[in-house]
Amino acid sequence: MNIVTADPKGVDAGPHFMDGDHAIAEGGLAAGCRFFAGYPITPSTETAELFSERAPGVGAMFIQMEDEIASIAALIGGAWGGQKVMTVTSGPGFSLMMENIGLAVMTETPMVIANVQRGGPSTGLPTLTAQQDMMQARYGSHGDYSIIALSPDSPQECFDLTIEAFNLSEIYRTPVFIMTDETVGHMHEKVVIPPADQIKVVERNFYKGPKKDFRPYGFDSQGGHPMVRAGDGYRFHITGLTHNERGYPVMTPEQNKIVVTHLIEKINSNADKIIRLDEDQMEDAEVVVLSYGITSRIAVRAIQEARKKGLKVGSLRLITVWPFCEKRIRELSEKVKAIVVPEINYGQMVREVERSAAGRCKVVSVNHCGGAVHDPLVILKAIEEACR
Amino acid sequence: MNDTVSSSSEVTMASMLRTERMPHIWCPGCGIGSVVTCFAEAIKRSKIDQDKLAVVSGIGCSGRVAGYMNFDSIHATHGRAIPVATGLKLANPELKVVVFSGDGDLTGIGGNHFIHAARRNMDIVVICVNNFTYGMTGGQVTPTTPTTANASTTPYGNYEYPFSLPFLADAAGATYVARWTSLHSRNVTQSIEEALHKRGFSFIEVIAPCTTLYLRRNRLGDGVDTLQYYQNNAVIKHGIDTRETAIDFQGQIVVGKFIDREKPTYLDAVNRCNAKVIGDDYQLYGKTEPEKKAEEEQKAAQLGAAAA
Repeated sequence: MNIVTADPKGVDAGPHFMDGDHAIAEGGLAAGCRFFAGYPITPSTETAELFSERAPGVGAMFIQMEDEIASIAALIGGAWGGQKVMTVTSGPGFSLMMENIGLAVMTETPMVIANVQRGGPSTGLPTLTAQQDMMQARYGSHGDYSIIALSPDSPQECFDLTIEAFNLSEIYRTPVFIMTDETVGHMHEKVVIPPADQIKVVERNFYKGPKKDFRPYGFDSQGGHPMVRAGDGYRFHITGLTHNERGYPVMTPEQNKIVVTHLIEKINSNADKIIRLDEDQMEDAEVVVLSYGITSRIAVRAIQEARKKGLKVGSLRLITVWPFCEKRIRELSEKVKAIVVPEINYGQMVREVERSAAGRCKVVSVNHCGGAVHDPLVILKAIEEACR
Repeated sequence: MNDTVSSSSEVTMASMLRTERMPHIWCPGCGIGSVVTCFAEAIKRSKIDQDKLAVVSGIGCSGRVAGYMNFDSIHATHGRAIPVATGLKLANPELKVVVFSGDGDLTGIGGNHFIHAARRNMDIVVICVNNFTYGMTGGQVTPTTPTTANASTTPYGNYEYPFSLPFLADAAGATYVARWTSLHSRNVTQSIEEALHKRGFSFIEVIAPCTTLYLRRNRLGDGVDTLQYYQNNAVIKHGIDTRETAIDFQGQIVVGKFIDREKPTYLDAVNRCNAKVIGDDYQLYGKTEPEKKAEEEQKAAQLGAAAA
């Protein structure tokens, strides 16, 4: 893994007052992304707008494609053309991208896709917040695979996690999602962009050996197999078909076992390295509130109120939503009475919590159908009931 | 295979194919192989740097071409070859990107990408083998199947109006549009060679037989009968108004080079617009290293002259 400092051209260092959508664009530029293909969709458009404004100054390419299907297809071309690539979208566009997210997974193409979630299903609530695409992020494309998704809770984290997403996408050669939401996307806060020499960026692992020995894939259940850039004379071939290490189709159950196992295990077996959690007041906690994204900001208030009432409540915030922190939940489920899971959907990540807790503690879903954040009192009530 | 050196003076058909992947999947009498031969011959004649050539295909019988040709190649999802090619070209403008696919892939599921790439004048070559059918899935009707022709999903005859692809490409803004049949191998080769040297969106349609499905289902004989039909019914009309290029079932096939015009490419337009608005600070996107160097030297010389 080749870690370098960021290219100063893409880093607008200093304190800013900006929203989450803009911070995602700045994070991408700081991480070295020089190719953005996107299609406008509320509430994510600000990311594309800022990137289009900044692109000429940093030598980046911005193209508004004809739809989201084309956008992600262009990212696959862009990545194999040698660039770090990204796009941004929301629910309906995320759905349209799903087929080629599968192609990116299958061809192990690094890219970052931000989903600024809005209420659904369908056109739903275009301008209002939600966290309803969490399961789509995990299972949305057909076939078996594993994925990495991060969930920022503030514009600052939108910036920081976009850089981390790019780094993870290069390390594991996989698409990485930023699963944010309309509230964080449109919330203006202080964002401090560090100087370029303080930003760590993982460079693409370009193959350097003899041309005849190049293989686009290595099925070792790890990430990091070297890539090449189209035009450098390696004559690579990649396909969405089940393939061998050379990239040629081999359509047998045996080969599919090799490919699928690799795609899943390169992420799952490195879950401990990938997963980041933010825990608070957990030492004496009898009840844990597990949350992510904007909901964690609401949960903080509920936890404060509960603590005032003498209730022993801690907070577990998922920074990495996929892969899921099942090991940590297993540990906690043996210690705590209950895990309360507020999320702006009808109960998605809570299923993972239930699966990991496996009946060892109570798991309480505090669901919300979208369009607004929770009332902290609703979460507080759930905490109080769980403490009883 | 991969150790073939492009700069070698020995550019053979075999060196352009991933021969270890043979035999190919195409049926006896299929027209796709003929078009691949023309493509290889055109690459050889064009003398372009083969290391800078990338081939992108979608799904279908013609979609297998990317996998058989020994260049940087991407076998994309159904209909998405053109946006993948767009990404490749924009990420690395030194590349010559060729999309090789079929009528169903490019103009059915991928129709939207086709017209938008033409509209933007994306600097890519699109070769479409039009056999009037979805061959890989068993002979279903496509957007180019002539009216009344039988297909597995129009068992009583096709009641839809087909696209005329040259007209579509022309209307969408393509700068090079030609149509031939797989019988016209020399013309196909020449058109692909011209397209490889053309800056802008180049579209070459090659009408070709699908013996197993389209011909058999429509009782049109075998591949040789179809070549006979092409010989008797193809009429060369260079430069004709593309509105006159519709194909009726077993009717006349107007072929030729219909469009060859100059227009700034997408990247030309990006650079022209940004340079005009942003001014001297703007670094032209996608210039090759020698071009960039020449520009810097020119700038330095100007500064030097100003200082003197």
